[in-house]
Amino acid sequence: MLVHLPILQVLVPLMAAPLCLVLNRSKMVWLFALFTSVLAFLISCLLLQQVIDSGTITYELGGWDAPWGIEYRIDKLNAFLLLIITAISTVVLLAAQTSIKKEIPKDKQSLFYILFLLSLTGMLGIVATGDAFNVFVFLEISSLSAYALIALSRDRRALWASYQYLIMGTIGATFILIGIGLMYQMTGTLNMEDLSKRLPELEQTRTVFTAFAFVIVGVCLKLALFPLHLWLPNAYAYAPSIVTAFFAATATKVAIYLLIRFTYSVFGLSFSFTSLPLQIIFMILGLLGIFVASTAAIYQTNIKHLFAYSSIAQIGYMIVGFSISTVTGLTATLLHLFNHALMKGALFLALGAVMYRIGGVQISQFQGIGKQMPLTMAAIVIGGLSLIGVPLTVGFVSKWYLLVALIESDLWLIAVLVLLGSLLAVIYVWRVVEIAYFRPVLLGGETVKEAPLSFLFPIWILVFANIYFGIDTRLSVQVAEAAAQSLFGISGSGVSL
Amino acid sequence: MNLSMTLMLQLCVILPALATLVIVVTGSKPNLRETMTICFGLMLFYCVINLYHGVIAGESINAFWWELLPGLQLSFSVEPLGILFALIASFLWLVTTVYAIGYMRSHHEKNQTRFYACFAIAIAAVMGIAFAGNLFTLFIFYEVLTLSTYPLVTHAGTEKAKKGGRIYLGILIGTSVLFFLLAIVITWFVAGTLDFKHGGIFDSNIDTTLVGALLVLFVFGVGKAAIMPFHRWLPAAMVAPTPVSALLHAVAVVKAGVFTILKICVFIFGIDLLAILPTTQFLLYLAGASVLLASLVAMRQDNLKARLAYSTVSQLGYVTIGALLATSSGVIGSSMHIAMHAFGKITLFFCAGAILVAAHKSKISEMRGLGRQMPLTMIAFFIASMSIIGLPPTGGTWSKWYLLMGTLETEQFVIMVVLMLSSLLNIAYLLPIPFHAFFPNILTKNEQGAGGSIANVQIKEAPLASLIAIGIATLGCLILFIYPHPLYELTTTILETQEITYGK
Repeated sequence: MLVHLPILQVLVPLMAAPLCLVLNRSKMVWLFALFTSVLAFLISCLLLQQVIDSGTITYELGGWDAPWGIEYRIDKLNAFLLLIITAISTVVLLAAQTSIKKEIPKDKQSLFYILFLLSLTGMLGIVATGDAFNVFVFLEISSLSAYALIALSRDRRALWASYQYLIMGTIGATFILIGIGLMYQMTGTLNMEDLSKRLPELEQTRTVFTAFAFVIVGVCLKLALFPLHLWLPNAYAYAPSIVTAFFAATATKVAIYLLIRFTYSVFGLSFSFTSLPLQIIFMILGLLGIFVASTAAIYQTNIKHLFAYSSIAQIGYMIVGFSISTVTGLTATLLHLFNHALMKGALFLALGAVMYRIGGVQISQFQGIGKQMPLTMAAIVIGGLSLIGVPLTVGFVSKWYLLVALIESDLWLIAVLVLLGSLLAVIYVWRVVEIAYFRPVLLGGETVKEAPLSFLFPIWILVFANIYFGIDTRLSVQVAEAAAQSLFGISGSGVSL
Repeated sequence: MNLSMTLMLQLCVILPALATLVIVVTGSKPNLRETMTICFGLMLFYCVINLYHGVIAGESINAFWWELLPGLQLSFSVEPLGILFALIASFLWLVTTVYAIGYMRSHHEKNQTRFYACFAIAIAAVMGIAFAGNLFTLFIFYEVLTLSTYPLVTHAGTEKAKKGGRIYLGILIGTSVLFFLLAIVITWFVAGTLDFKHGGIFDSNIDTTLVGALLVLFVFGVGKAAIMPFHRWLPAAMVAPTPVSALLHAVAVVKAGVFTILKICVFIFGIDLLAILPTTQFLLYLAGASVLLASLVAMRQDNLKARLAYSTVSQLGYVTIGALLATSSGVIGSSMHIAMHAFGKITLFFCAGAILVAAHKSKISEMRGLGRQMPLTMIAFFIASMSIIGLPPTGGTWSKWYLLMGTLETEQFVIMVVLMLSSLLNIAYLLPIPFHAFFPNILTKNEQGAGGSIANVQIKEAPLASLIAIGIATLGCLILFIYPHPLYELTTTILETQEITYGK
């Protein structure tokens, strides 16, 4: 049984999804989906434990040997991501039943859980597989279910947002497919491990360069790197709250995983960072992302929009860490993957609670919430502080590592810019705080009560995680560091600026 | 014995944090809530006193909590400077609580539970700063202090409070993130450690330009020290209720700032290295300018609390100057000034609050002749002003004495002149207030009628609790003049231990 964990990780939610149709009663489906997610979470815990104890796990699908058959390959990097994804999906599902009651039409509620599980399957598949084409297949599974999930919302603008996302996402996926096709044409293999061995020989061919460019651009579209981020704000803002919380915490992380996997493992460090000016391009785009998106966040009137833009800015931080291309830089990126998932999960769930009670998340509707929904608002404040990077929250941990990485590589100016960027976060977080605590309650809104327990419980799990992992950083730092080191170990030479 | 000392040390941080919980739980019963606050205050003060005796006896007291990031620990250790700061803060917390009971009730403030709770968190943060064993721990508590005082500054919940809070948070978070954190990361990278060590942590062959730049980053980064041009938050914070202004913005927060600077100068750079850095001179002049300019601005303020705020900015410059002088007299003067100014300024703020509560006046121009109505308050105001100026028989005399000695030793004559000039300015902006309060008609011959109609005013002082607090703080100013020995001994041990380390 333990040997089959890598495939079970993907198979469990995949099999559970159609079973939901059989159950059909919304509450039963919810419990079943929750159970599935918990199971997936336990599997990912076991996998991480195994990887830490005994190194990389490989699993050959159907018993076919690696270059021919599909291989699942779990190392520290993807074990870490599997854990993040399943943990977030479990916590988010806790609140799902309450949240979708008001946001999704009754007849579509069991559909929601099916799509949710499929989307989860897709993400887990992308991360777990060691086969490049398999990545594309799972990418489509997760994306298609994502488009449908966003469109489920009662808000009609969600249809347009979903359509935008569909177009952009399809372009991205197609680019990735073209890239993978070109790689296959040159090497005759789709196995990532195999690709990484064969590509260096063909390094100087134009086809490989083209393949690389297609893959990178496609992935960047998926991870909403500035300036390819245009689909994200609307998709996040108009999707049902639960979907937003789930995607904000996981979807872009999976794309970043792909970026790391392709650049570090498949194409290799020396190709990605020496032959091409990837470092400078990503550094500039990351910084631009931080500043443009943070500034845009300041001017939003819809709080979901605000935090969506903040997500784009946070992706900028991860990209900056990635572009330093040192072990510490990559550690900072991986840490921020984990930490940002916790922050945004907590924030968007709390927004879901506000949506549930008030029916909207316009900034004007936040007037006086500090008094009416003290626990929800306190969660938003702590999540916001974490976003700013205040000590004793997870945000501080990743900021610290990013700064150390930048200063190690003598990038002083960038360090100052990164800090300036985090000050912009103070501004947009405090806009919400001031409205919620300093304005009197809206007329007619006096009856608003604190969010129900089914919301508060998962929200505060994430809030406590924000604080706990900000204080006890052993798990996140050690795993992130080990994953970063092994990525550099695989590719041999450590490249620095 | 040593074990219990370690426990005491941890209790210093835990007790106020625990007090927060108790305050929240007992929030519905104001009498119980305030009794509990005082009880916790007493316990805290008892712990600090014990630690004080421990340090005097030469014990080394340390506590380690956990490792936050590899190599970066949350740990505490006790040394004389920290004890000094903790003694002042914990004692004045007690006094301020007594004062606040009178003030908050007669001013009918809302959300008093939140007020007392945030106050206790702030004190916990101050204790964390005072006993921090390394720069990392200090930074964490520094940020906790900023955030926990924000709800206090914006207590009134008005538009003005919101604006004040924005400036407060903007400058303090901005400087601490942009400069302080950056400086800490660079220090961590260059020196490989952030532990406070006698004589500093940098190698002797370090690049002085880099470390000089670091010093600038630190001095700017510790925005709580309110060196110009990062002083705007302090006047902005004056929208807070007076007990907050008194304890936090005359004692805890600003003193946490200058304490941090002093600690960094002595234990991160070491005064030997400090003396040869290329930027020290520039920072000295900057602090000097801050002292003078703030005094000049203070003269023009008509709002009493604003005037006191600018006076604080000016006095904080003294402490920074003392630290940057990099001599023993400078450090002694600085650390003594932390204490002296704390007692003097808290008295002044108490008086300002008392005047607001009893006479509903906040403008200085309206306070003519107030001496008849509030004689005790005005006498206290007078004595505290003397202490700020540095005149006998008040404690302020000693600290200014040592600071001037420091400037003489290092031949910083410009700074010496600045200090003297500023003392004159202090006289000009502080003494007229009690003077006009008692003698409204003198010196105003050409302004007829200004104080004409106050002939038969009845005595109406602030509530008794507030009055007691004012009395204690004023006595403190006087006692520190007559009996400064414990303070002097404590401040000299900061350097003695240092000299021993140098000998090795």
